[in-house]
Amino acid sequence: MSDSPRILYCHCNYAQVVPEETKHSVLKKLSDSGAAFDAVADLCEMAARKDPMLRQIAEGGNVKIAACYPRAVKWIFGGAGCALKQSSTQVLNMRTEETEEIAATLLDGELVPNLPADKDGSKPAPHELPN
Amino acid sequence: MSALTEQPTLRILFYEGEGSTPLEPAKRYDAMTALLENGYAVTRTGSGKVAGHERGPLLVLGRFDSGNPPVDNVDQDQASLRFQDVSELGPSEILAKAESTRDETGSVKPGEWKPWFPVIDYDRCTNCMQCLSFCLFNVYGVDEENRIQAQNHDNCKTNCPACSRVCPEAAIMFPKYKSGPINGDVVTAADMGQEKMKVDISALLGGDVYAALRSRTTQAQERFSKERDEKQALNERQKCLTKLAQNADIPKEVLLSLPSPDEILRKAEEAKARGAAALARQNQMKNA
Ligand code: SF4
Ligand code: SF4
Repeated sequence: MSDSPRILYCHCNYAQVVPEETKHSVLKKLSDSGAAFDAVADLCEMAARKDPMLRQIAEGGNVKIAACYPRAVKWIFGGAGCALKQSSTQVLNMRTEETEEIAATLLDGELVPNLPADKDGSKPAPHELPN
Repeated sequence: MSALTEQPTLRILFYEGEGSTPLEPAKRYDAMTALLENGYAVTRTGSGKVAGHERGPLLVLGRFDSGNPPVDNVDQDQASLRFQDVSELGPSEILAKAESTRDETGSVKPGEWKPWFPVIDYDRCTNCMQCLSFCLFNVYGVDEENRIQAQNHDNCKTNCPACSRVCPEAAIMFPKYKSGPINGDVVTAADMGQEKMKVDISALLGGDVYAALRSRTTQAQERFSKERDEKQALNERQKCLTKLAQNADIPKEVLLSLPSPDEILRKAEEAKARGAAALARQNQMKNA
């Protein structure tokens, strides 16, 4: 097992808010890299379904997520009862960041946590804890 | 709780670990793209034991050595595990295999619902229940701790961000919305013209979106019954709706699909009562 952060890529399949070019280039670089990764069609849908994979990810240690705004991703997971840990999550925003940078960061094996800090420091609120 | 949380989903695994030969990069990318664009979640794995899928079948794709699937390397019960050697399959055949496995296993068909619903930023939310009191479609509810929650996600009206504009704390996001802070971008001091957004709606509608809609529609109805001029009544309603649509960015289709004025009134009162009850319970809990 390597210590590299797990990689999760969201294809934002049901909206046009992530530029097509960015999505496809990031996916291609991930796919060609030989790295293990999870690619999901739509993280929002998985949250509405409370897909058990979200818990596996939230509880699985370091993770880098290529999706959209970190605040949105934080609460997409939080709202599904699977709070991401602030210290072990880095979100890359495919709506605003450059393709090359996203792909390179996803694959560099380093983690730079960047979720917005919790209101009361680092303690999750009761609703964020697993059911 | 909605059925969304119960339905089985099909998950796909590209197995490229021990006992298999990795796919050609172009084929892997094309197949993954086809699967994602058709709503499937896909994992590419290398070495080590692979975690299974807890809510539905897992279809494991790969170029298995001597055609033997890596049964022991996947942590999933046999009944919901399927293997497919893809040595001879192109991307469209791989997608077809996923579709037939989905049908065969009774898994949900992706893409039938556009995942559009409010996501609450609990770092900002003060649990004031305004969103619960506002929503006519029962999207909101409260948890055991009496905290506001989005519950019936698939009741939400696609592309309608109206409740985010009634939240006094800019705590409601729609991640697929076009602009910030509703899309999840950082809330700036300028955005706390959230106040302003609210005032704008209030100013526009005299304090209550539904009351305004109701009265305009009722006026239109009266005119209709008096003048028996269906077209004029419809025009009147549309004029009001266009104004609402522009000012609160509510899609016109959503407004046009609203129920009759009586039904709106009933639902709005129900929603208000639910909000008030939740607030009362909250106060009780505080005082207990
Ligand atoms: S998490 Fe963000 S990128 Fe993914 S589907 Fe939702 S809005 Fe799109
Ligand atoms: S209106 Fe905003 S602050 Fe009030 S309960 Fe809803 S999300 Fe929370």
